[in-house]
Amino acid sequence: MQSEKQSNSPIKKLLQSISDASLVPFLAILTAVVIGGIIIKLVGGDPFLAYKGLLQGAFGSKKALSETAVWATPYIFAGLAVALAFKGGLFNIGAEGQLAVGAVFSALIGYALPEWLGFDLPVYIHLPLAIFVGMLTGGIWAGIVGALKAYTGGHEVINTIMMNYIALNTTSFLLNGIMKDRSPTNVIARTPLIAESARMPEIFDGLRIHWGFVLALLVAFFIWWLLNKTTLGFEIRTVGLNPDAAQYAGINVKRTIILTMMLSGALAGLAGSIEVTGLNYRHELGFSIGYGYDAIAIALLGKSHPLGIVLAAFLFAAMRNGATRMQFLTQLPVDLISMIQALILLFVAADAIVRYIYRIKSKGERVVLTRGWGG
Amino acid sequence: MSESKIVLEAKGITKQFPGVLANDNVNFDLRKGEIHALLGENGAGKSTLMNLLYGLHNPDKGEISVGGKTATILSPKDSIALGIGMVHQHFMLIPVFTVAENVMLGDETVKNGSLDRATVAARITEISKQYGLDVDPNALVGPLPVGIQQRVEIVKTLYRNAEIVILDEPTAVLTPQEADDLFRIMRDLTARGVSIIFITHKLKEVLAIADRITVMRAGRVINTVIPSETDSAQLANMMVGRQVILTVDKKDHEAEEEILKVEGISVRDQRDLETVHNVSFTVRGGEVLGIAGVQGNGQTELSEALTGLRSPTTGKVTIDGKDLTGKSPRIITEAGLGHIPEDRQRHGLVLSYSVADNMALCDYYHAPFSSRGVIQPKALDENSRRLISAFDVRTPSPFVNAGKLSGGNQQKVIVARELSRNVKLVIANQPTRGLDVGSIEYIHGEIIKMRGRGVAVLLISAELDEIMALSDRIAVMYRGQIVAIVDAKKTTREQLGLWMAGAQVQAA
Repeated sequence: MQSEKQSNSPIKKLLQSISDASLVPFLAILTAVVIGGIIIKLVGGDPFLAYKGLLQGAFGSKKALSETAVWATPYIFAGLAVALAFKGGLFNIGAEGQLAVGAVFSALIGYALPEWLGFDLPVYIHLPLAIFVGMLTGGIWAGIVGALKAYTGGHEVINTIMMNYIALNTTSFLLNGIMKDRSPTNVIARTPLIAESARMPEIFDGLRIHWGFVLALLVAFFIWWLLNKTTLGFEIRTVGLNPDAAQYAGINVKRTIILTMMLSGALAGLAGSIEVTGLNYRHELGFSIGYGYDAIAIALLGKSHPLGIVLAAFLFAAMRNGATRMQFLTQLPVDLISMIQALILLFVAADAIVRYIYRIKSKGERVVLTRGWGG
Repeated sequence: MSESKIVLEAKGITKQFPGVLANDNVNFDLRKGEIHALLGENGAGKSTLMNLLYGLHNPDKGEISVGGKTATILSPKDSIALGIGMVHQHFMLIPVFTVAENVMLGDETVKNGSLDRATVAARITEISKQYGLDVDPNALVGPLPVGIQQRVEIVKTLYRNAEIVILDEPTAVLTPQEADDLFRIMRDLTARGVSIIFITHKLKEVLAIADRITVMRAGRVINTVIPSETDSAQLANMMVGRQVILTVDKKDHEAEEEILKVEGISVRDQRDLETVHNVSFTVRGGEVLGIAGVQGNGQTELSEALTGLRSPTTGKVTIDGKDLTGKSPRIITEAGLGHIPEDRQRHGLVLSYSVADNMALCDYYHAPFSSRGVIQPKALDENSRRLISAFDVRTPSPFVNAGKLSGGNQQKVIVARELSRNVKLVIANQPTRGLDVGSIEYIHGEIIKMRGRGVAVLLISAELDEIMALSDRIAVMYRGQIVAIVDAKKTTREQLGLWMAGAQVQAA
């Protein structure tokens, strides 16, 4: 018999579980930073100066902090999107496409709706509507993949990738065509600016940080609550962990798969919506430099836990944001940061390496994020 | 037999795993040409001892000698060289390879740079004839019946010149007929000088076939006995460490009204083959209907069709007068079904969920476990504590993952969940497969309690003893059809065995 050694204080338990869960990601980051430093040294740079620049660029001033938060915002939304799908046993590689769809439709509602209606809308209707349409369209886009999985068994990895091609190329077509900003000076593939009534208010004068960041933190908490405290979350997790047992328990597995994909897509769509309504006030081709793909890394690094995702999103945001300052101080290319990010992800994904380096015993169960092909 | 020489001896073997003393000063010996059974419940240390002999683990203390000489066995390679072969409970065969390819795997015979299949096949045919194994070296392994695959494993050991063969729970996967064949082969092997260590937890088998029986419990050897000087009750007592009641005590009583009515259902499996043909029967309240049959005769698909996991192609299923044909598991559960599924880890549990969550797996969505879509952890907690004590589930706490419990306790979690609901019908499919004596005793008792409360019980089992002990009526399933339904008191093991093997029912 196992002894009842676990402490009974819930706070102690929580701290214990946090430190257990974050140990490997933390060591992965540490290892990647050390290896990154060695590489900087090898190419003739000064690793300490480089990392100092990185930190200054990310956290060194009010403006730096604000910019890090701006970067973190879409990362949190998109990371949550991927993580929610993981919890449901689905690998959503399509966040990039869902994000683009959400952004396009939010922008459309943002600039075109007042024209169609012939009158201006108040901000408390126009802004939520623009965001809602972005979520809805992102959700439907992903829901198609969910339905294909549920009814035909088509694997979501293939289908989300295909849907990405369709989404990104259709977006390009629209932004170069009927949705293009018609102002005479414009040569870029982008929509017109959205109406004032569809824009999020600023938090501070002169800083780009916007209410979308606060919303991201609230949504992260909401997703944690949804997954762990509600019957819907119980259904999503059960289907993710053991679809046979879910069916036995009377859960409608097909419906849950579709719903999980739709929620995941809605979160990705929200990432796009918030970029449009909170930051850029329009959709522009190429505004997303792979948020949807970085989101996969963030979900993995954050172990699909909403708190982990917020932290991982901050890390990625800080590295992206601080990279410019690092380049300015050391003339090292920004791409070095991508390399360190890739190393972190590599160590998190192949956690056996980290466990070996630091002699950590595995706690038994391995986390299996998705089931095999054709599963 | 007793004066034949000792071919293998283990003295004072001790093996410590983190938190468990798996073998504690174990002494064991094997004589030439004998079948020495190693009996014990799951976790008694049988497999650890065998893994030490086979070189999969190394002992902390103690000495192993083979053929009178002290042996150092550091890996299976060493043990194979010493003439020890092992047939694992889960076969180590590659399904897309032929028998010959599987047998030579790891010890390939090469001629002119390519595999010499002909020579290997000839040797297999020779071994197969010598020991009456009847194995075709050119057959693909995948489609072979389980019993034949097991023989391939035995051939594999003999091909490597094994004189000591370890069989780990060999009958767990076999039908009664296949088990009889295996026992014949085991006797043929010993007659030709091979010595066998036979690991099992089934009392009847050891009494039937072993020359000597060593019983292990909690890492220690309790005793070594001779079958003629012992009986099931004494062996069970040694295994469990207390008196065990092997017979189920059930009172006679009148069955009540019909609860489950199955009318002419046919079911197709996932390959779209019809595996259940036109089956009809009824189960009344307070009655246990046992469905006997060799595994793979449609029992799985039948129970799936009755519990909503699969839709029947034709026919009608009613529970307490309600037509539930092809309805979802949730609707059928709400109509009063408790379902103990065939595969507890696949269907019955989410292994990485806590015991508390698993105990509410089918009820999480309604009061008191949730309110307006929000789970109520307090209710889950109280429910699990109540069931853990009522059903004697051995778990450190309700928050432990179900995957950390032993098989018997995992099954008790399911039984507790399914029988604690307000059910009218219980469908129990292989409810005690792979469990230890203590858990089997307990679960049988619970099923009989349900019967006493007027619940209708459909028991599907491949263990004829279980069917005979619990059932009021017995239906025999053969090739997707019910070939006979008889009163349990008016039939015999032999008669049921004949029907299970496909004998025609005499019109009587």
